[in-house]
Amino acid sequence: MSPESNRPDPDKLLEQLQKEEQSAKRGRLKIFLGYAAGVGKTYAMLEAARQRKLEGIDVVIGYLETHKRVETERIAQGLETIPRKSITYHDVTLTEMDADSILARQPKLALVDELAHTNAPGSRHPKRYLDVEELLEAGIDVYSTLNVQHIESLNDVVAQITGVLVRETIPDRVIDEANELELVDLPPEELLTRLREGKVYVPDQAARAIQDFFRKGNLTALREMTMRRAAERVNDQMRSYMQTQAIAGPWAATERLLVCISPNPLGERLVRSARRLADELNAEWMAVYIQTPHDITLPQQKRDFATSSLRLAEELGARTVVLPSHSSAIALANTVISFAHKNNVTKIVAGKPMRPRWMELLRGSFVDELIHRSGDIDIYVVPTMEPAHVPPEENPLHPHSRVSAYLLSLFLVVAATGVGYLIGRNISPTNLVMVYLLAVVLSAVYLGRGPSILASLTSVLAFDFFFVPPRYTFAIADTEYLLTFTGLLLVGTVISYLTVQVREQANAAQTRDAQSAALYEFGRDLTAIVGLDAIAQTIITHISQTFNRDAVIFLPEENGSLKVYASSPALTIADNELAVADWAFKRGQVAGRGSDTLPDASMRYQPLQTASGIVGVLGIKPGDSSHYLTPDQRRTLDAFANQAAIAIERARLVDQARQTEILEITDKLQSALLNSISHDLRTPLVSITGALSSLAEDSISLNDATRRSLIETARGEADRLNRLVGNLLDMTRLEAGAVRVQAEPCDVQDVIGSALEQLEARKEDHPINLNISPELPFVSMDFVLISRVLVNVIDNALKYSPPGSPIDIEAHPASGYVEIEVADRGIGIPKEDLARIFDKFYRVQRPDNITGTGLGLSISKGIVEAHGGFIAAENQPGGGTIITIALPIK
Amino acid sequence: MSDTDLNILVVDDEPAIRRFLRASLGAHGYSITETATGEDALRVVATSHQDIVILDLGLPDIDGVEVTRRLREWTTIPIIILSVREHENDKIAALDAGADDYLTKPFGIGELMARMRVALRRTAQDTSEPVFESDGLMMDFVHREVKINDQPVTLTPTEYDLLRTLVKHAGKVITHHQLLRTVWGNAYESETHILQVNISNLRHKIEPDPFRPVYIVTEPGVGYRFKVS
Repeated sequence: MSPESNRPDPDKLLEQLQKEEQSAKRGRLKIFLGYAAGVGKTYAMLEAARQRKLEGIDVVIGYLETHKRVETERIAQGLETIPRKSITYHDVTLTEMDADSILARQPKLALVDELAHTNAPGSRHPKRYLDVEELLEAGIDVYSTLNVQHIESLNDVVAQITGVLVRETIPDRVIDEANELELVDLPPEELLTRLREGKVYVPDQAARAIQDFFRKGNLTALREMTMRRAAERVNDQMRSYMQTQAIAGPWAATERLLVCISPNPLGERLVRSARRLADELNAEWMAVYIQTPHDITLPQQKRDFATSSLRLAEELGARTVVLPSHSSAIALANTVISFAHKNNVTKIVAGKPMRPRWMELLRGSFVDELIHRSGDIDIYVVPTMEPAHVPPEENPLHPHSRVSAYLLSLFLVVAATGVGYLIGRNISPTNLVMVYLLAVVLSAVYLGRGPSILASLTSVLAFDFFFVPPRYTFAIADTEYLLTFTGLLLVGTVISYLTVQVREQANAAQTRDAQSAALYEFGRDLTAIVGLDAIAQTIITHISQTFNRDAVIFLPEENGSLKVYASSPALTIADNELAVADWAFKRGQVAGRGSDTLPDASMRYQPLQTASGIVGVLGIKPGDSSHYLTPDQRRTLDAFANQAAIAIERARLVDQARQTEILEITDKLQSALLNSISHDLRTPLVSITGALSSLAEDSISLNDATRRSLIETARGEADRLNRLVGNLLDMTRLEAGAVRVQAEPCDVQDVIGSALEQLEARKEDHPINLNISPELPFVSMDFVLISRVLVNVIDNALKYSPPGSPIDIEAHPASGYVEIEVADRGIGIPKEDLARIFDKFYRVQRPDNITGTGLGLSISKGIVEAHGGFIAAENQPGGGTIITIALPIK
Repeated sequence: MSDTDLNILVVDDEPAIRRFLRASLGAHGYSITETATGEDALRVVATSHQDIVILDLGLPDIDGVEVTRRLREWTTIPIIILSVREHENDKIAALDAGADDYLTKPFGIGELMARMRVALRRTAQDTSEPVFESDGLMMDFVHREVKINDQPVTLTPTEYDLLRTLVKHAGKVITHHQLLRTVWGNAYESETHILQVNISNLRHKIEPDPFRPVYIVTEPGVGYRFKVS
């Protein structure tokens, strides 16, 4: 071994570190593992708990099943018990562990008996171990008990040994992830003695089965299995320790295992075998399902087998893959082998073929082909027992393979015979075979496999009976015709087989095409639109269309609580459904129907996850049937969810960017306001203070003219200060929405006159030309506000034009509006500033010192827009500016 | 009654403003009484002889509008409102409550004294004279005649009543409501556009330039004032 490989593997270290980090936050799980009821798991757990309590640890009993055994009850005394929760289901009241109360109580350690228990319907989780995971997540340590037959991967082996199938199972990862596993052991002889003494709890109704179960042979086998499982775990821990510490060990290079799942009830068995093998080899493993064009013709039940096998494999820790392929054995084997090569698979597990031998000869054997092409990959062929009962096959969903299709194929043969009669006189019988072939091909194309085979058979018979001499008997005069028969039969069969296959492939391709097209269209639509509302609506629409299911999108609000953002029209979401969605959102796991969490919910809730986190939850309501989504649909749905998540995140980011931009603008405004205040407020104060202090100074002798000038300055500056404060107040009121437009019909002429009146002192230097259209109607407006606008606008015109130059004010009706134009002959506004002069605090940079706040036009704009009108600026050709105020005539 | 020797009550809770008014008005020979609250103001007017009240609206105890209303229950003493409240509704409320005039802070002392003079003159000429003349406009109440620069003007009865109401209170703001009530009656109180149409017509008949009126000026949002030189 090279010195390099003695260095600890950094990836493994990191992984270990992450695991440790995670378990630091998480509570620790200790499982007391026994091989049968009665070995004393609960007792051992309680004893350990008492020890912890003596050490000062806060221990509570979350759930305890003492079965009224005195010794157990005695040892449980002195430990705080969290009361159970009652759940009424079909008039039966069941008691379950109250996980919420435990979470609220926040003990350091909780005891939870019978980890594999199945909760009453209507509980939050269908299984108790999921409750326990929630406790662990909350940082509570848990002690729990478990019998070996409840471990998923051992479940069927135990059933084989004992003949009792246990339905309550827990996934192997729960054991693998447990921090400690304590083996509670009791020799089988002692257990049997205890059983005889009545010290083992036996439920009445299952007494007989239990008696069968407690046989010494069974118990010994179970005990061995338990010890092996425990040892396996120790082994794993050892291995992981050695790897992280770079201790050279005897382990082989990492193995990779691939199991091929087929759509039959034995798939689950195959998956369990693969898991055991993978465990023993400490290998990574994958489960692959090959989807063929033939799949769409399978009955729903068979497709469900494939789906549930894949789900089981996922639960047992496998990576699952669905691959497309042709349906021939060679193509299947090729697909699997090429996938295996690409993924460095070292071992492939397949089930023993279940087809009759003759069928294998006819169609080829997948396993044979696999072995033939495997190269350096090991192939394990696992025996698969005949299932206890063969589930009744539904009619395949083949569109034409019904009775009518068979009748039609017979009719085609009859028609061919008729045609043969019409033309048969002139041509030799062998050529009539062509007519029959036509019937066979038509059957294959339009009616399916069965009818076309029927057509080839009946064609041979009909041809023999009607056309081969001697006619009207099945006897044959010339043995040469035997060759013709064989030819007709073979060609007919091959043609029907090929045609059907082509059609199936076309159909499958069509289905796949439709799915990709749907996905493509979805993606295209999503990228084309902006805005969260539109995106959410698009997601709902597409999912409803593609999966024929109602959908709903939940998004978190500012405070983090989840709310329905958009949904299919007919959908209503109850509060308890929202709670399920909320769970999915907080945990980032699928919840609701068809999942492990709250499966009684009416919908499946899928978190919308992106690289940066969970952006929301997608709820999907199944249609009328309770069937799982097919693997294909599930994949497509996942892809949809991914795209949806990314689109929603994108919309959110755009929103955020806009918010940031607004904040930046606000920031700029605020600093502008501060500048404005410090400059514009102070400047007049400086002049006033200066003037007053000069006047107050006795030592300076001022002549009357100077005194008057100083006083005038102070007065003027005070006015200016007053206007500024007025403007600031107006602006604040406008922005706070405190300005209410009290509109009533007003005489425009009066408004203009009133504005001019207010400007009296300032307008002296400029001649003002009024041109007010006589047919101007009364216009609905707030007299005071609009006259203020005019004052601002006219004042600007006065300020920015040379003394003596005229100001033209014009008012006339224009298509639904009254336009008031104020034109000056001033210096105009630089083109690039035209649009910005109505912005707050914006002032055109000018060399000459014209005072102002940059608020007047902004206030004017606010007022005019509050009236439903608009205000605009333009430069007039001969120099100068025209400001147009347009108000709607109502 | 001369302008001097008049008793002026200044009601304002701002000492700086009281001091400034005392200095400025005192310099013009008025004798000043100051109070800082509405209650005090009511008491002073009731117990001593005052010729005019200068009243702030934002008083610490009773609002100035309420003070005005209570005073008007028993006295016609001229009241001039002096307030930072610049909204038209505040002005209308005070004027409708019976105030004679309204001045927004900040104000010039010259403006205040002009308004005071108008208010005082109105009380002085309560027994109205038969003829009114100002700036070329002559109104003969006995013969119901109006002349501009000696040229007779024909007015409709409504226009005549309108002008007479304004002239009777020359220099003082008359609110829309007051005008509508006086000329048209209570039922027309909120028909401001009728008022506007008639004012417009009246201006076209009497004003030299109706776009820039010299007699009837608009107080935006409040009412009209007949301007006297």
